[in-house]
Amino acid sequence: MNRQASAIPATQTGAGVFKPAPSQPASRCVKTTCPYCGTGCGVAVQISPEVAASNASAGLSLSGDSNHPSNRGTLCSKGINLLETLDPAARLLHPELDGQRVSWDQALDSAASRIRAIIDQHGPDAFAIYGSGQLLTEDYYVANKLMKGFIGSANIDTNSRLCMSSAVAGHKRAFGSDTVPGCYEDLDQAELMVLAGSNMAWCHPILFNRILAAKEQAAKAANPNHRLVVIDPRRTATCDAADLHLALKPGSDATLFNGLLVYLADHNRLDRRFVETHTQGFASALSQARSSAPDIASVARICALQPQDVETFYRWFANTAKSVTAFSQGINQSSSGTDKVNAIINLHLASGRIGKPGMGPFSITGQPNAMGGREVGGLANQLAAHLELDDPMHRDLLGRFWNSNQIAAKPGYKAVDLFRAIEEGKVKAVWIMATNPVDSLPDADRVRAALEQCELVMLSDCMAATDTAALAHIRLPATGWGERDGTVTNAERCISRQRAILPASGEAKPDWWALSRIGQRLGFEEAFDYQAPWQIFREHARLSAFENHPRGILRDFNLSALAEIDADAYQALQPTRWPIRTLSTDGIPQGTARLFGDGKFFTADGKARFVAITPRPPINSPDASYPLVLNTGRIRDQWHTMTRTGLSPRLSAHRPEPFVEIHPAEAKRQQLQQGAIARIESHWGTMLARITITDNIGQGQLFVPMHWTSQFASRGRMGALVNPAVDPLSGQPESKQTPVRIKPFNARWHAFLLCREPLPRPIAVADCAYQVRATGAGFQRYELAGASKVADWHRQARQWLNVDMSTPDEWLEYSDPAQGVYRSALIRNGLLQAVLVVGATPQLPEREWLGSLFNADALNDSDRRSLLSARPASGSASSGPLVCACFGVGRNTITEAIAAQGLDSAAAVGCALKAGTNCGACVPEINALLQVRQVQVETAEQG
Amino acid sequence: MKPNLVIIGNGMAGIRTLEVLLSAAPDRYQITVIGKEPFGSYNRILLSPVLAGESSFDEILIHDRAWYEAQGIELLAGDEFEAMFIDRVRHQVVCRNGKRIGYDRLLIATGSEPLLLPIPGADSQGVLGFRGIRDVERMQQLAISGGHAVVIGAGLLGLEAAHGLNKLGMEVTVVHRARYPLNRQLDSEAASLLLQALERRGIRFRLGVNSQQIHSLDGHVSALELDDGEYLPARLIVMATGITPNIELAKNSGLACNRGIRVNDCLQTFDPKIYAVGECVEHRGTTFGLVEPLFEQASVCANHLAAHGVASYSYLKPATRLKVSGINLFSMGVFDTHDPEVELIHYRDPAQGIYKKLLIRNNQLIGAVLYGDTGDGPWFHELMRDAVDLSPYRDGLIFGRPPVTTLSATTDLSSDLSSDLSSDITTATHSTGQTP
Repeated sequence: MNRQASAIPATQTGAGVFKPAPSQPASRCVKTTCPYCGTGCGVAVQISPEVAASNASAGLSLSGDSNHPSNRGTLCSKGINLLETLDPAARLLHPELDGQRVSWDQALDSAASRIRAIIDQHGPDAFAIYGSGQLLTEDYYVANKLMKGFIGSANIDTNSRLCMSSAVAGHKRAFGSDTVPGCYEDLDQAELMVLAGSNMAWCHPILFNRILAAKEQAAKAANPNHRLVVIDPRRTATCDAADLHLALKPGSDATLFNGLLVYLADHNRLDRRFVETHTQGFASALSQARSSAPDIASVARICALQPQDVETFYRWFANTAKSVTAFSQGINQSSSGTDKVNAIINLHLASGRIGKPGMGPFSITGQPNAMGGREVGGLANQLAAHLELDDPMHRDLLGRFWNSNQIAAKPGYKAVDLFRAIEEGKVKAVWIMATNPVDSLPDADRVRAALEQCELVMLSDCMAATDTAALAHIRLPATGWGERDGTVTNAERCISRQRAILPASGEAKPDWWALSRIGQRLGFEEAFDYQAPWQIFREHARLSAFENHPRGILRDFNLSALAEIDADAYQALQPTRWPIRTLSTDGIPQGTARLFGDGKFFTADGKARFVAITPRPPINSPDASYPLVLNTGRIRDQWHTMTRTGLSPRLSAHRPEPFVEIHPAEAKRQQLQQGAIARIESHWGTMLARITITDNIGQGQLFVPMHWTSQFASRGRMGALVNPAVDPLSGQPESKQTPVRIKPFNARWHAFLLCREPLPRPIAVADCAYQVRATGAGFQRYELAGASKVADWHRQARQWLNVDMSTPDEWLEYSDPAQGVYRSALIRNGLLQAVLVVGATPQLPEREWLGSLFNADALNDSDRRSLLSARPASGSASSGPLVCACFGVGRNTITEAIAAQGLDSAAAVGCALKAGTNCGACVPEINALLQVRQVQVETAEQG
Repeated sequence: MKPNLVIIGNGMAGIRTLEVLLSAAPDRYQITVIGKEPFGSYNRILLSPVLAGESSFDEILIHDRAWYEAQGIELLAGDEFEAMFIDRVRHQVVCRNGKRIGYDRLLIATGSEPLLLPIPGADSQGVLGFRGIRDVERMQQLAISGGHAVVIGAGLLGLEAAHGLNKLGMEVTVVHRARYPLNRQLDSEAASLLLQALERRGIRFRLGVNSQQIHSLDGHVSALELDDGEYLPARLIVMATGITPNIELAKNSGLACNRGIRVNDCLQTFDPKIYAVGECVEHRGTTFGLVEPLFEQASVCANHLAAHGVASYSYLKPATRLKVSGINLFSMGVFDTHDPEVELIHYRDPAQGIYKKLLIRNNQLIGAVLYGDTGDGPWFHELMRDAVDLSPYRDGLIFGRPPVTTLSATTDLSSDLSSDLSSDITTATHSTGQTP
């Protein structure tokens, strides 16, 4: 049995409710790690002994771990609301075999014998694992060992491919290894901070706060040389703090960086000694740069920037030794993403600014454990511990370590190809772990069809009802965040523990456990005899150290100091950056803050490589039919495809719908109205989104968020639009530049529907083309719009809610057909069940107050009477749309406080309402409200 | 010597005129009031609660005899003082007992009489109108021994009578020609909520039928025969089928009458010394049955009697309410129409017995029906009266007056004015009978 499971017995109640083990006598604190972005923040969860049985998160309180080096106690809105996402209702609790509940033994026996039969008949490549960046390092390790080490196929890939493979490829080309040279302290210490293709204020708020803190300190010290430059076609929230924002033409980044290389050379700012001693290829890189970006004027023209802005940026970079260039998806997600990464690295090699305090190129990752996945060879073309699949020496080393002669020798299928192979019958059994490819992969209907005819589909997931689950023959309940135990690695190579704060739900088990038991049933008894994650981690550390020296195969990834780790040391493991090669005198593992400061790289000759870059425009350019460039990205309070954040009411309140940002002049040309719905079309598909008119985006461009899937929106998937162009080296898709066109969606009606339970079946798209679901506190929110007239709204509402006339429900109705207004509410036993609000325009009443009624024990008379007016009876005001997700402060509350208390700064607002005082990501919005007030006051004074 | 003012009629309209006059010009006239009923004045519109036992007669008395004395007013109450003739040449009122009372100004406020159906047997004992305290007393007497009662007419007055008799323990059936009750105030949807509420209280209804004949036993009513052949047993029949202006005196005295005594905008009859107010008058072709316009008339008339001479009466169709405890309904203006120009706003909460409908034309409120939740009636009435452009209110209009903060500063609604008016309407909008 699993140690963890036996130490904290699962006291699962029938209704699927979490309950901590009763044996816990007093309140205790568990330190774990946030499961969202690559920042890897430490989280401290206080578990009180008296825990209400009714609520998963009752009795728990969560805060940032003040001892964690990544975040030092702070958390962003996503992290601080983590407890809201512990929803026991939606969990898969028991193993299921062909739709029947079975024991683990039955499920595993059946799975193993079916896998064995398929491998015996069709060979190892007929089996595949499709995983996720959500897996812990230990899960990844066992999955890779099983597939590549013992089954003998490299058919294992994950969604990490879509995230940072360009950065990986760029690192490998330049350094000979996938190494992030610097650490977060460099963000504190840099004097010039360059952010390229990163909306850090929203996507990595905690890192951004470190930069802001450094700026503040510099201001206090009156250091005029401390600067922040943001390179992004959009003016994002990140730009609010920037000293210079370069809103360059989408896709023109490589030219900008090439021009800078030329500038450094021409202004004698090269570190010639470093270049000569520790690198190769500088001359050709410079000459290539010179031919594409000979001078500032050409750069300005190609990038559509003002020459003086380009000059300013170049001058600042040239004159500031302590420069960090942090880059993210705006660089990576491009058909020339790898080249752009190398164009950045070239600058740091040329100036010798790498691996030293406050200097270096810095890849900011999106996934919590994408780095951990890379460490164990999580992708179809990698081996564990930064070993290469295509190198026989590496395969030999691994075979000796694992005592296996089955090491996979050829790359397996990558994500999209894997499902093609299933479709073609080449892969006959697939084990999907912690992801939902039927929704998340491009061309989802094709994925569904492939799985429908696949001989064996296994799914390990914590959620019961996913679209993929419906197709699985064997379903295995997996532990989720809060229950899992293992390690993750963040963007600065820092290995942190994720620890369990709750017992496993139902019969859920960790993924490494299920993988190990299958491995043993397939005949690899000893190799998979793992009983606890620390045993896996120790093996992982030993492998990283195995023959890792110049006489063997020297690798950057080395945990030799942890090779003897035991259960207690693993439990106590503090966040530490790899390589971890030494122990302190009192036995504490010593990490490594920076690499390459000594000029030693992991290429054969130990020298870094310049890569000569010829800038390439995006593969698909705008034309007469598709004249606009579509950009995609994250929003503040959602993460990835919303599978976890979508469960949080607070996080769903900030931007509850997919939207499209468009410049005012462009909107006017296309006859688009603020708040209405637009149809965006590309060669590849269409999408509907709510229109946000803003001059934060340039003319000729659009921006849509990446998060919405068909789970949350009928036609809100940006993936449907995005061109299938990929980077030839990394395979990473070009998600930031797709030619599109936009036009108004001619809605006959706009509506929202709030209901206590999710709708029993999806609304037919024929009835309602635009549908978005968001999670509210105690209710589900559906934003709807349709192009065809609805004759009888009451009937329509009953049909959507699946309520017939015979049930003794109470219906309230309000109609003003001449204005296109219809509202109705369903009340059962005094409780509000659903409320539908329909209008002819997108200007519908606020949802906040109506939503709050779902939390009332019973609807009181006054609320019942004002229910369909959608506002509280006069006297109690609505707080308005959510601005601060951390403290749940609405726009009206802030606006009123600004006016009533004469607040004049975000800090003052924070003092009065707490808004903006946690993660600070809403401060730009608060500032905008302050500005509105300022304008009102000035207008009044002039009037 | 002060000029003499004689008032014929001690009812709501006459007394209100008197009160306003006393406050406007207390010493202008020597006043004589002639009343048929031997009391001071009482609030006739509260007879329904008296019948239902929810109020006592004392509670609805407006002025007792002592009040008249204190004001120096001569009150001639009782049958013997009934005004029989107006000698317009000598400027005298001739009473039944022969007494002649001279006037310099005369106010006729003789009110109306129930309109009794001219069907066979209508003169039997136990067939009553619902007009005065005597009718109430008679009904109460008959109700003591229980049994069946029939109310003919499901207008406001008929339903109030039915409610009262039901509360007194009688088994009440309401007979009505139209297909639903209050068909002059409600649409069918509101009426069906009302019907359900009244049926729940035990009142039965025969709708869409006519009364054919009243059968009697020993001269006392025993049953009502309907035109569909059904016999409804009854010890008491209340006819609430309308009222007719009481104009006999005026007509006999040679004053111009049509359906009522014809008055101009100053409430003056064709004889310039003689004024008339209340249910006995006809103003620009309209006769009256609800109290609100009566009070309007009273204040205009008093203004002229006080020789201020500035007020002018114009009729605004009043809103109506039903005085049946526990039932709230409100109706005003156009309440049912097939006019395609008219836009409808509905609100329904049937489980709570709430129904509201607003009728709008050219962005102005032209009518409303409220059932179950009538609190916003006065505001709607105000919006209709002032022909307010509804554009800023349309969203959520049916939920009532928006909170002050959301009111646009440019709207022409003075809150002072509106609160005055709301209180007026809430206190004064009651039925005194049905307009014929």
